[in-house]
Amino acid sequence: MDVNTLAWSVLLLPLIVAATILLGLKRWSGLSSLVSTGSALLTLAFCIMLAADGDKAVDTASYPWIDLAEHLTITIGFQLDGLSRGMMLIVTSIGFLVHLFSLGYMKDDAGKSRYFAALSLFMFSMTGIVLADNFVMMFIFWELVGVSSYLLIGHWFEKASAADAAKKAFLTNRIGDFGFMAGILLVWVLTGSIYFEEIKTAVGGVANVGLLNIAVLCVFCGAIGKSAQLPLHIWLPDAMEGPTPVSALIHAATMVAAGVFMLARVVFLIEAADMAATVITWIGALTALVAALMALQQNDIKRILAYSTLSQLGYMVMAQGMGQTGSDAGMFHLYTHAFFKALLFLGAGAVIYACHHEQDIWKMGGLRKKLPITFTTFALGTAALIAVPFTSGFWSKEAILETALHEKLYGPYVLAMIVAFLTPFYMTRLVIVAFFGKHRTKDADHAHEVGPIMWVPLVILAVMAALSAYGFISSPLLARGHADPGHLFSHFGLTAILSLTGLVVGVGAAIFLYKGKSKDPLSIPLFRDKFYLDELYLGMVRLFQDSVAAFLDFVDRFVIDPLVARFPAGLALGAGSVLRVFQVGNVQSYAFFFGVAVIALILFLIL
Amino acid sequence: METALTLNHFLFVSGVLFAIGLAGVLVRRNLIIIFMCLELMLAAANLTLVAFSRFNVQDGQPNYDGQVLLFFIITVAAAEVAVGLAIIVALFRTKETTDVTKVNTMKY
Repeated sequence: MDVNTLAWSVLLLPLIVAATILLGLKRWSGLSSLVSTGSALLTLAFCIMLAADGDKAVDTASYPWIDLAEHLTITIGFQLDGLSRGMMLIVTSIGFLVHLFSLGYMKDDAGKSRYFAALSLFMFSMTGIVLADNFVMMFIFWELVGVSSYLLIGHWFEKASAADAAKKAFLTNRIGDFGFMAGILLVWVLTGSIYFEEIKTAVGGVANVGLLNIAVLCVFCGAIGKSAQLPLHIWLPDAMEGPTPVSALIHAATMVAAGVFMLARVVFLIEAADMAATVITWIGALTALVAALMALQQNDIKRILAYSTLSQLGYMVMAQGMGQTGSDAGMFHLYTHAFFKALLFLGAGAVIYACHHEQDIWKMGGLRKKLPITFTTFALGTAALIAVPFTSGFWSKEAILETALHEKLYGPYVLAMIVAFLTPFYMTRLVIVAFFGKHRTKDADHAHEVGPIMWVPLVILAVMAALSAYGFISSPLLARGHADPGHLFSHFGLTAILSLTGLVVGVGAAIFLYKGKSKDPLSIPLFRDKFYLDELYLGMVRLFQDSVAAFLDFVDRFVIDPLVARFPAGLALGAGSVLRVFQVGNVQSYAFFFGVAVIALILFLIL
Repeated sequence: METALTLNHFLFVSGVLFAIGLAGVLVRRNLIIIFMCLELMLAAANLTLVAFSRFNVQDGQPNYDGQVLLFFIITVAAAEVAVGLAIIVALFRTKETTDVTKVNTMKY
């Protein structure tokens, strides 16, 4: 197949599958899950063929969607370069493994067909974002990703908390998306185009740098929403109400990375807007720090991972503000993070499944012996996340930190370094409390290893978590950076020393504090309650929304109600009570009324 | 002394017939009588049509439009009688009466 057919099949196959399941196969849940998983495997194969084709930009057939002659033409078309091909491979490979894992995890779920249809819909939307060659197409699929994420978070919609979390995620994302839309319009006004390649050539000629800065910041708003940066990060931890494989695919590895991907796609815009670039770097660094602080005091295994995701996304966003080198480092981290974070979430899923849906780490304990495969793979994922040397996470994190130092961004560098101390601490806490020591509840005691359909994806991901940074894997997958051991030893400097110190101190402190404990020796309400940001937002909503609501209530009660409802109702009622007098029920009376009326009419016409 | 019949004679007879019919409809209780009175009113109207047709002479020929219309009315009236009698039969089967004052359940 040629590149063109491949790209279109990768985009449309998941959509066709989602439609088929929802319209026809819904009743046969086993069949729908297999069809969906099969299509994920097929798209993975197509993406491998796409990547094997090389990373040159190729012209593909595009479908003209809106054509306003000389003013604006919007097409559904693809930009197939190294960035999108690499990202597609990440999305489809993790997507396939998550489909596989879900076959086991969702085996007995009542809404299995719906779940797999939504997964396929998500794959379609994510593919659209990655392959888009213009802002408008990206925005459409951006929203579609929001919809499928909503459907998947709210999969167990009969649970109030899941329905609320889905709503919260969607609404929070909408705030960011509004900024994104404004940004797209501003960029269009400034450069006269919505196509990335044309914007790239036109951006040098933009005279109004102030407006360009604002445009880039607006575009960044979209990334703030989707990649859950401060101050719109609040939806991601709640999104953990969805099934765990979904958390792995959407809320750790791919969808939340869409914001970072989008920034990498338009990095030439960020390079042209200095002020916006600084803001992006600082917001990324602050998110990394604040999320890491919140992660210190969480007890739900998925929430700890969610906050660590936030923190790592902060790293990636920070990198996007540091120019082309930083952007490449950020994409490199996105790539390694996708594998080890999907691994951690699927591992957590296996633990939760084995413990009969218990998510509190203080109610686990001693799982190391009960779940040996899960433990080993989870430990590998943790090692990659806390940047143990020579694992994949180490190389990518190092790349970001070194770029920050090289670009003389000392403030964000310091914040990111503090995170490098905190991450090993909270992850070690999680591993020690959940996997070591004695079992603390019956569920943990009765846990046993999950089936092969669930541990096989874990093992594959564990191998990737350890090795994905090395050139022999990463360069075919992603031509945007890889591990460079020679460079590390020849330039063994401040960054390496500091992050190694962070690793040792963090792990040591966690072991010292949590070894053999059966409840948390630390209690920091500020971190546990997420800096009270949720409460602050809720208060603001109450303050503004309630006053508007009170005013509207007054208008409704005292203006609209009498005018539109009660007055016409009274009129009809009054007319009715007069006219009912004539309804006597005697046919001769009716004939009499009729005769009188006819005579009256004739008289009226004659006189 | 012989007086020629004029249009007014016919109209007078027609008016009397109509008035008798209307009075019957309004005062009689028996549904079949009321129905016959209705037909009487219809016949009165038909008579008027024929009279106007006969007396509206142009170029030595009466205007036949009224008479054509008359046949339409007779046809429609025949259909109406069929329906009306059917209704009366149906009513009698359920109520066992043809007294209209006893058929008064549909009121406010």
